[in-house]
Amino acid sequence: MAVTQPPLPFAKDALEPYGMKAETFDYHYGKHHAAYVTNLNNLIKDTELDSKPLEEIITSSFKDSSKVGVFNNAAQVWNHSFFWNCLKAGGGGAPTGELAERITKDFGSYDKFREEFKAAAATQFGSGWAWLVDDGGTLKVVKTPNAENPLAHGQKALLTLDVWEHAYYIDFKNARPSFIDNFLDKLVNWDFVAHNLAA
Amino acid sequence: MAHQLAPLPYSYDALEPFIDTQTMQLHHDKHHAAYVNNLNGAISNYADLQSKSVEELVKMLDSVPEDIRATIRNNAGGDVNHTMFWQIMKPNGGGEPAGDLAREIDRTFGTFDTFKQQFNDAGVKRFGSGWVWLVKNNQGTLQITSTANQDSPLSEGYYPIMGNDVWEHAYYLKYQNRRPEYLNAWWNVINWDEINRRFAKSQSAT
Repeated sequence: MAVTQPPLPFAKDALEPYGMKAETFDYHYGKHHAAYVTNLNNLIKDTELDSKPLEEIITSSFKDSSKVGVFNNAAQVWNHSFFWNCLKAGGGGAPTGELAERITKDFGSYDKFREEFKAAAATQFGSGWAWLVDDGGTLKVVKTPNAENPLAHGQKALLTLDVWEHAYYIDFKNARPSFIDNFLDKLVNWDFVAHNLAA
Repeated sequence: MAHQLAPLPYSYDALEPFIDTQTMQLHHDKHHAAYVNNLNGAISNYADLQSKSVEELVKMLDSVPEDIRATIRNNAGGDVNHTMFWQIMKPNGGGEPAGDLAREIDRTFGTFDTFKQQFNDAGVKRFGSGWVWLVKNNQGTLQITSTANQDSPLSEGYYPIMGNDVWEHAYYLKYQNRRPEYLNAWWNVINWDEINRRFAKSQSAT
């Protein structure tokens, strides 16, 4: 039973009016994400991990010095599948409903959340991810290096932004802050975040 | 005195077709410049650190104040790494090293091709952002290493003789996800005169 790459949940050119070119998805989904899937399957083939769910492969290989490659590839498979669902043409702005209430409760306001998320995404030095997580009932913003993710840290992921340079170099070059603003203002799929919160 | 961005020692298009003009503009004028600016910002309130060179700063990370240590590590590292990087490349470069360095590479790795292969492999295997290096280690021998992000071999007591930048910003516009292709192409712009000079310097460096 191999790990599979879920289809991109939108057409590769669907986000062009919102700052992200089809070319970005040709590489990011078609090459980077696909390579993590291929690498992971090669690494776990004929091992006990081959029959395990992806989440379990991630949590069981984290901090295991003999399984660094397994962790990196497994977490990157999961992170990217999750990330695609966080994107929606014409999304972004402030959420509504229970999610909005929870954000206000734990951050003070949507603007405070936005500020914190932007800072986390901008200051993750090198490659990594920024996240909104549910940490034991409290919403928090965290950042992780390289492939690390909230699952590995026992937190529930609600929203993520990929800040590896490959995520934004074609569309925004070195301007990571513009990529973050564009994501927060035009792309966040709050329905997916609300679904994760309720799950 | 504030640290200055070292000028690129050749024109932006000098390393075409191996490294494209736009990449050189962004890499030097935006990425490298940002490291210099961030470093100056971090030490603006520390007169004693302002008198230190970037090499000295990355060698003394353990003794810089904890609140600015990560910023110094990342940005002094970013400055010292990139200044070297521009110097060890040149237009119409490539070929093979000569003299003492060539002999030492053969002695350590067997052949130049084996060295090149191992260097490229280490560059491919660096997960995320970072650098691949040929260093003189603290045993006094040549070694291929790689570091994460902008960490300098100097922080570990190793002398960087040459290094290739494998952050995606170094190659994404031209090579996208094909890091191995970039690593291979890079040997065409190598400035062996400068690398020989660094090797000679490493023999006297502590």
